[in-house]
Amino acid sequence: MATTEDTIGRTKKINLTRSARTPFRSYFDFFMTFLTGAFTILTIVPLVALVWDVVRQGIDRLGIQSFTELPPPPGLEEGGFGNAILGTLITLGIAAAISVPFGVLAAIYLSEFGRGTRIAYGVKFATNVLAGIPAILAGLFAYTVVVLTTGGFSAFAGGVALSVVMIPIVVRATEEGLLLVPQEMRQAAVGVGATNFQSISRIVVPAALPSIATAVTLALARAGGEAAPLLFTALNNNFWSTDIWQPIATLPVLIYFYAIIPYEAQKEIAWAAALVLLGIILIVSISSRLLARQRL
Amino acid sequence: MSSLAEHSPRKGQSLEKQVDTVRVFDQSFYWLAVIGAIGIGGVLLWIAVQIGLSALPAIQSYGVDFLTTTTWDPVRNIYGVLPQIYGTLISAAIALVIAIPVGIGVAVFLSENFLPNAVRTPIALAIELIAAVPSVVIGLWGIYVLIPFLRPFYNFLYENFGWIPLFSTPPRGNSLLTLGLVLSVMILPTIIAISRGSLIALPRDLRQGALALGATRWETILRVLIPAAFSGIVGSIMLALGRAMGETMVAAMLVGNSNQITPSLLAPGATIASLIASQFGEAGREQVAALLYAGLILMILTLIVNILAEIIIQKFQNVE
Repeated sequence: MATTEDTIGRTKKINLTRSARTPFRSYFDFFMTFLTGAFTILTIVPLVALVWDVVRQGIDRLGIQSFTELPPPPGLEEGGFGNAILGTLITLGIAAAISVPFGVLAAIYLSEFGRGTRIAYGVKFATNVLAGIPAILAGLFAYTVVVLTTGGFSAFAGGVALSVVMIPIVVRATEEGLLLVPQEMRQAAVGVGATNFQSISRIVVPAALPSIATAVTLALARAGGEAAPLLFTALNNNFWSTDIWQPIATLPVLIYFYAIIPYEAQKEIAWAAALVLLGIILIVSISSRLLARQRL
Repeated sequence: MSSLAEHSPRKGQSLEKQVDTVRVFDQSFYWLAVIGAIGIGGVLLWIAVQIGLSALPAIQSYGVDFLTTTTWDPVRNIYGVLPQIYGTLISAAIALVIAIPVGIGVAVFLSENFLPNAVRTPIALAIELIAAVPSVVIGLWGIYVLIPFLRPFYNFLYENFGWIPLFSTPPRGNSLLTLGLVLSVMILPTIIAISRGSLIALPRDLRQGALALGATRWETILRVLIPAAFSGIVGSIMLALGRAMGETMVAAMLVGNSNQITPSLLAPGATIASLIASQFGEAGREQVAALLYAGLILMILTLIVNILAEIIIQKFQNVE
């Protein structure tokens, strides 16, 4: 025990042997660590459960016929969802053809020309707000712009709707990739007399190409799983179709329709299609994220 | 421009002329990029104007009453979205009540060094992957796995706490509560990623100062770090709210699409997005107009939330 004087001169005994860290503070710390750790595990449980259930329910029905055959009419058993896989690829192709050039150009502006300007600030703001727009509104937009003017549901309308979903992802990820290119490379290009276009097209973009590819892949993975924008644009089609002006089947829409109708065979096909869709998206997402991390 | 040094100018074209073409080309590329960039804002504006314009006929015929009417009757052409607005807000609120504490907790846990990096990175990756799962797959899983799993809990709630209005209807599985629960998991990655980012971005001095003053680790977190990262966390919550309100497929598959307002969370309901998704397919002309009006309301709600979120987050980043 030692003594000390407080501010008005009274002598007080203070205990120097005992830590100021009372048991309560220690227990509280332990409790909070435990609690947040539990939260972390709790967050991942649904993902693991979902993947496990999709694999368990989908694997039985999955076979070569899943990729090559048409879905069965209600009441029949056999069949697959080959047309929906093809349809997803076609709509994604249209979406990529619109969103990739557009998004990459915008990203080039943001990282090469407009860094720090008010315009760039505004464009980034618009990109982020666009990313927050619900996918179903992208569908309504494409419905009013494409379906109503061309007179019918079509794969093209679906592609337009998905491109709205893809654009912000492409812009943001491509810009990040371009920003990773060292400033020295640009200076060296300009130093040997390259114009902006030459320096960007021959030096900066090739150097950032892997990140741009990752950006596009992530955007495709995201858009490929969207059903909401396709519900009243690409609609659905029970047959093979490659005509971009006709309705087309896609995996997400097929899963939605088959999940809510009461036929056992269709339900099984929905699970198998979910397994294919989820498998592709998870593999693409994991590998592109790992690649992106390696580059950093 | 190495080509100029290596090759002689092309026939009939002076060096200046070539330089001129290069310059014109360069300029047009610049403007192309500018157009691309401004086009993003243009697309956003286009979407807003387009949906607004196409909702105009319905706005003229139903007016403001659309917001307060509780009927959705395609036969008599009476349309109102009050139950859907209610369902959108309630399900988003349930999702936030769960996701805010859990999300901030996980963000803290993953921004501190509780776990070695080799464990933390895969966990962060797994959480990012939740956001990658297509919502229609989550909906499928919700219908056939989650709802049967939750039914005993719902029955328990109803039987023992049925006197509370919140649990006062016999559980049907498809309900606002189910949707809220699933949405909470779906918005967690948003809250965790942005909150964690702003926690990690805090200057080290803050932590060191607090620890040097004798604060325990969690006192530092709760009284210093979280308040300092507050705007980033609030921004992440706003973004998550926007996502929860706009989520369509999960809502359409799990909420029950029932046009009613009840205090009971165990009762089926509807959201604006689920209404559009479930009705659009067989909608006639009048109903499509009404659905576009509903879409406009959803857009206004999410735009407000998202713009606020962006302003809050940008402000935070500028302070750094």
